Amino acid sequence: MTRDFVALDTFPKILRDNAAIFKGRPSIREKEYGIWQITTWNNFFDKALLLAEGFYNSGLRRGDKIAIIGDNRPNLYLAIASAQILGAIPVPCYQDSVADEIQYILEHAEAKLAVVENQEQVDKLLEIKEKLPLLKNIFYSDPRGLEKYNEKIVFSLETILKNSKEIDVDLDQEINKTSKDDISIMLYTSGTTGRPKGVLLSYNNIISVTSVACEIEKTNPDDEVVAYLPMAWVGDNIFCVAQSYISGFCINCPESRDTLTLDMREIGPTYYFAPPRVWEGMLTQLMVRMQDASKVKLWVFNFFMKTAKKWGNLILDKEKVPFAARMLYGLGYFLIYGPLKNNLGLTRVRMAYTAGEAMGPDTFLFYRSLGINLKVLYGQTEATVFVSLHRDGDVDPNTVGPAFPGVDIKITDGEVFYKGPGVFKGYYKNEEATKETIDKEGWVKTGDAGVIDSNGHLKIIDRAKDVGKLNSGNMFAPKYIENKLKFCGIIKEAVAFGDNKDFVTCFINIDLEAVASWAERNNVAYSGYIDLAGQSTVYNLIASEIDKVNRDLSQDTELNDSQIKRFLILHKELDADDGELTRTNKVRRGLISERYGMLVDAFYNKENHCFIETEVTFEDGRKGSISADLKIQDMNVYDLKDQVA
Amino acid sequence: MNDQKFVDRSEVMMNIKDINLSFGGLKALSGVSLKINKGEVLAIIGPNGAGKSSMLNVISGIYVPQEGEVEWKGKLRKKIAPHDIARMGIARTFQNIALFKGMSALENILTGRNILMKRNIIMEMLYMGLGRSQEEKHRKKAEEIIDFLEIQSIRKMPVSRLPYGLQKRVELGRALALEPELLLLDEPMAGMNVEEKEDMCRFILDVNEQFGTTIVLIEHDMGVVMDISDRVVVLDYGIKIADGTPDEVRSEQKVIDAYLGAG
Repeated sequence: MTRDFVALDTFPKILRDNAAIFKGRPSIREKEYGIWQITTWNNFFDKALLLAEGFYNSGLRRGDKIAIIGDNRPNLYLAIASAQILGAIPVPCYQDSVADEIQYILEHAEAKLAVVENQEQVDKLLEIKEKLPLLKNIFYSDPRGLEKYNEKIVFSLETILKNSKEIDVDLDQEINKTSKDDISIMLYTSGTTGRPKGVLLSYNNIISVTSVACEIEKTNPDDEVVAYLPMAWVGDNIFCVAQSYISGFCINCPESRDTLTLDMREIGPTYYFAPPRVWEGMLTQLMVRMQDASKVKLWVFNFFMKTAKKWGNLILDKEKVPFAARMLYGLGYFLIYGPLKNNLGLTRVRMAYTAGEAMGPDTFLFYRSLGINLKVLYGQTEATVFVSLHRDGDVDPNTVGPAFPGVDIKITDGEVFYKGPGVFKGYYKNEEATKETIDKEGWVKTGDAGVIDSNGHLKIIDRAKDVGKLNSGNMFAPKYIENKLKFCGIIKEAVAFGDNKDFVTCFINIDLEAVASWAERNNVAYSGYIDLAGQSTVYNLIASEIDKVNRDLSQDTELNDSQIKRFLILHKELDADDGELTRTNKVRRGLISERYGMLVDAFYNKENHCFIETEVTFEDGRKGSISADLKIQDMNVYDLKDQVA
Repeated sequence: MNDQKFVDRSEVMMNIKDINLSFGGLKALSGVSLKINKGEVLAIIGPNGAGKSSMLNVISGIYVPQEGEVEWKGKLRKKIAPHDIARMGIARTFQNIALFKGMSALENILTGRNILMKRNIIMEMLYMGLGRSQEEKHRKKAEEIIDFLEIQSIRKMPVSRLPYGLQKRVELGRALALEPELLLLDEPMAGMNVEEKEDMCRFILDVNEQFGTTIVLIEHDMGVVMDISDRVVVLDYGIKIADGTPDEVRSEQKVIDAYLGAG
């Protein structure tokens, strides 16, 4: 179905249209009380109007900001739609942010209202409300535990939906007043460095980019997507909200974070986006569970996984494959791949994406070999997601695909720049940063180092500012090394050091689930994370993985010097609550090398152990400290000559 | 917005007067008087063998004291059958979990609604009329409890496969399914780790606040007791030695002696 997105140039207008043309079809589902409760497009629109009246009565006007905080819930999506009807700008925040982080964003955005999911978020806001004089009202979706609150500014969304009052504006006219250059949403980037910046995206940005993406994938009203990624992340707004508005498909909100896998199986999404971490986690869990299978089952599994590895990807790419191989793959589908996909809730997946970080080629090809059309895209909030994207039949696990239609990519001094219709309107109240990022001709600086290969695919190497030099003068790309380490499945996080140093060293975080399963099978007793991480057998296990990476690196003249000479396993998991990772789980390099500076010094002072005490923040905000004496292990390095001999 | 149940905490729900309970020659409780006020969280504490569980059984009506009176809402209570106890609106959990191991969490919670269900075997077999409306009504209530206790992810899992802390939560769910006025909890946090205890505390307080349920609990963890109860009763060798707010009880010399074994 082709729709006229010249006339329907804003989300409120599209929503009004959807309420008419998709009348009676589901727009959003939420599993509650064990049942999938459906809101149809016309229902959704009616509710959005009611809520808009309520917001208007609370003083929300054109151009005002409204904060949205919580897990993916229909009411929060509704709040976004209602704010947009009034011409106000929704500002979603990460739901697990601590009060300080939220305070910064609400202060910076000058938010007038906040719509939050539950008591947890209300408490956070009440804690900081003194410092937020502009915040007039807080609305919550889930009344649990909030009955006894006597705060004058806290209200339930239900009360607005039930007791709507007449207002002196015509909402239909308000919808007509929205225009394509209005700001649709403001998203704060997680910020690997410094404070978050508010990225302003117009309706034109989002609609022009999303309608192209929908065309490429031929999305239709029968598609299903599960909304589980943070609402504050640009991906959720594009893959779920915008694409659902444009194609009319249904967004499904899981019952809780714990039930996601079950809910996925029930819904059977046709469209699935997950960061590499999730795909890798699924694979690790699967492999761990297969270790417990009987020998016969394990043999059958291994046999057909080999078959899949050999032929699966070729079949998916519609290449020529011998008849016998097709038959064998068919049998494998019946016995293994089908049930496996069903178990993961991926049976109906037609489009699958990953982005954000590099993904191990093995993991990537594993899913493709099962017949899941997994593709990589490269994007940024500033670009309204899409910069480059794999196309069907042209997929390469080492790249992030060719440029998205309408987007131009250029490489200057090793850094990637792009320009296109999705380029954002600027950072909110930060002219300086905007100018630094977009140049006069409209090229946007990504901060990523990359190259374009012979097939026209973009390949990302590292963050441009992280690429350093070893004392030998060779390039040091920490992320490249870390990713290689993380691909093995037992290393959850790695942080490499080497800029201005003689050799490369790294911190390791073990993957508790995978290593615990290994420990169980090998009769290694342990009491908890710290104990397990410190065991010499675990050190040896990690050393053998690092050895593989070293061998691999030694084959490359450029990277020969980047082999890891020394490593240690950290006594705690790097955590966003301690500021060591961003809310999107990216390593904050500067902070880590500062906080664990003494460990880095120990690496280069030839010490073989180091005592450290670190402060940790628990989930409820309390602080504590853990300490450990960490062992530093040396590694063999390989020469190019060794390989020849 | 404020539609919580208004609870007048001065109203006496159960008045236990001067009871004596003995098993053969063993005196479990002697001369204990106790008032349970509507809407409060009352903790019964004491060293091992102090008569706490016996006290709970007297409150629930399983044990009938040889001497003394038990008044329930102003009326004298005689010996009663277990299903009548349930009808009175008294529910309990057990020190050792007493769930149906092979049944799912949801089914276990539904058993708590047994006495509230109206039965018609034919309608149930055909899943129509009364059978259907009853099933829907009670399932809805059970789902509300599941939502309340945040156990959606284990709804369909057999309880024998659940970790201990979650089994305790399911048991609380089953007791709540009865929509009790008085909820008796026998060591709800025994054997739990810190995180599980914190969760359980939260749920107990939420039950009390949200449903206005009166709660009597036995607990060994003093931190928990002092944090969540409105009133604490201390038993020692079957005798009540203290009764008051957590702060009053804490500073009572007799209580300190009983716990530290002085005298």
